[in-house]
Amino acid sequence: MTRAIILFLGAMATVLFALVVLIILPNAMMSQLEAPPDLKPYTQEELLGRQVYIDNGCVYCHSQQVRDPSFTTDVARGWGSRPSVPADYVFDKPHLMGTMRTGPDLINVGARLPDAQWHLLHLYQPRALVPWSIMPPYPFLFEHKETAAPDDTVLTIPQSHAPKSGVVVVTDEARALVAYLLALKRDYPVNNQAPTQAEGETGEGEGANK
Amino acid sequence: MAVENSPASRPENAVENATRRDSVIDHSKIRANVAQIALLDRSSRFPVLLGFALALIWLLEGTLLGDIASFKFDFPDFLGSQEYLTFGRVRPAHLNAMVYGWASTAMFAVSLWMMPRLCRTPLQWPGLATGGIIVWNIGVYIGIILLMAGVTDGLEWLELDNVMADPLLVIGAAMVGASIWKTLAARNVEHLYVSVWYVAASYPWIAIIFIAGNLPIYTGSESAAINWFYGHNALGLWLTTINLGLIYYLLPKIVGRPIYSYWLSLIGFWGLALFYSLNGMHHLIGGPIPSWMIATSITASILMVIPVVAVGINQHMTIAGRFGAMRYSPALTFLVLAAMSYTAVSLQGILTALVNVNRVTHFTHWTIAHSHLGLYMFVTLSLFGGIYYILPRLIGREWPSANMIRAHFLLVGLGMVIYVVALGSGGVMQGLSMLDPAIPFEASVEAAKPWLLTRSFAAVLISIGHVIFAAHALMLVLRGRSSVPEDPPFFFVRPVLVRNDKVR
Repeated sequence: MTRAIILFLGAMATVLFALVVLIILPNAMMSQLEAPPDLKPYTQEELLGRQVYIDNGCVYCHSQQVRDPSFTTDVARGWGSRPSVPADYVFDKPHLMGTMRTGPDLINVGARLPDAQWHLLHLYQPRALVPWSIMPPYPFLFEHKETAAPDDTVLTIPQSHAPKSGVVVVTDEARALVAYLLALKRDYPVNNQAPTQAEGETGEGEGANK
Repeated sequence: MAVENSPASRPENAVENATRRDSVIDHSKIRANVAQIALLDRSSRFPVLLGFALALIWLLEGTLLGDIASFKFDFPDFLGSQEYLTFGRVRPAHLNAMVYGWASTAMFAVSLWMMPRLCRTPLQWPGLATGGIIVWNIGVYIGIILLMAGVTDGLEWLELDNVMADPLLVIGAAMVGASIWKTLAARNVEHLYVSVWYVAASYPWIAIIFIAGNLPIYTGSESAAINWFYGHNALGLWLTTINLGLIYYLLPKIVGRPIYSYWLSLIGFWGLALFYSLNGMHHLIGGPIPSWMIATSITASILMVIPVVAVGINQHMTIAGRFGAMRYSPALTFLVLAAMSYTAVSLQGILTALVNVNRVTHFTHWTIAHSHLGLYMFVTLSLFGGIYYILPRLIGREWPSANMIRAHFLLVGLGMVIYVVALGSGGVMQGLSMLDPAIPFEASVEAAKPWLLTRSFAAVLISIGHVIFAAHALMLVLRGRSSVPEDPPFFFVRPVLVRNDKVR
């Protein structure tokens, strides 16, 4: 090559082609997605909890997607009753689908583990409930006090993991994070999603699951 | 067409003649004397040295962050009460420090050093390039400090805050890129060497994908698509390309031989540009995005075999028969290993994009092993090789200690082999156990634990290597001129990586 302009235009052409194929066209298609009737928008508290989830990098160990059952066992493992579809994520900004399962998938954790107290203690010290866990503890989402004020929610901690003195109080952040986790329930049926069926869903997987 | 009878003057023959001239051009015959080259090096000296200095500081910081993240797997309560150092913040801080701090800053430096030499013209707008490096680094520091304080955009590879940090990154890269393209425009050569294609194209590429990736307009599945469009292309159209350009420049130069084939270079470059940019969706195989997008990316991933094999053959044939030179040149040793790793990591990537493999390895530590094979064994070793070659030429003194080079090479090489093998094996076991619904999830965690501990051990070896390397670079800079009588200053003609007293 001898001409810089050819280099420049060629390089632009390839990357813009990819941008159109993988981003701009799908964006135009998926922006018409409508939320399934059973999927509620996040409440104010759940959104705050989602932000706590993002800020503390939960996504680096937990995925939020049930993959196509034709070649994975995500459904058989009980991580969801059906594979996830794009419509499940219409309220997710940014997405938190994740790339690691150092810990279990969480897209249906609200259905699988509906106990808020369990989650609070698990966040404070995972090994108080799951001895083999390698999840980090999040004591900074709680407040350690000598005595609880009247309107404080005190966390019940087993003797082995409790601080030597005082009480552990649940903060708004921890409460919001648990509210978000409990809202992670994508177990409603999505079969009647006619309008965007063709381009909006992972075709074969959906069929295999019905 | 108005056709004359003389064959050479026919237009189609003119094109053919030009391409034939391109394909047989022997770059080792394009001579420039030492004084001319020194003048070119002087034009880029300040921004290049500044870039390397900042990059080395990032290397140490990123290493520390990586070590902390690694040990948190083995001791989950380690620093557990420190909000700033919780795993979910240290891990992305490590990634961003290494990708944007260490690798990208060092890549600015090597591209600013290569372009004047390849274009036979002094670096244009060197002040702008210097400013660009500074602005970029301020942006990365702001972004990572905010990240550790809990302010993140939430997308892997795009965590840096898109109000406070990202604009500085865009401006900084644009300033360096403007200097690169201005130098290209002012060139005194007719032919553009393959390294120029890679280096010059990388700057508009990173600008487009970085801006597209950071636009706050995507929701749900679109957000996942742009996330991995960016994440994969940051690797393919930025980290890979600058380093391939560096290897293409230094390999033939050190062994004193032209590149084997111009045509393979062309296939390698345009094949990468066309196929790599379509690869991103293979990070979402089986996931909730339209299956045709995933199929497109799997297809493009498999097609990557064409440019990868073309580059692999081209570089192998360039050095074949001269591997012995590695004993004398630490730069060549690192660059050859980096070039081999590029082939290896690309083939591993193609393999991982196949559904049959991906169903096991997706969501496991296999991915981390793969990314370190790419970002470390290819990108970082290539940059080490570049620094070993460039720094003595800019400072005007030889590296002080062959032993420290040996120690650096052995520690990081051995450490990273252990790292990749351990996490790769651990990842497969983790994945196989997760794929059997009869086995409880606990088993996949237990399966990975011993391999994670092995990884931490490897991380310590690599960290010691980095400290030695940084200390050595500091010694090179601080060592007084008077203490170095060697002439010529740039090469000890004696083995560096094996002990052979007879040659001394």
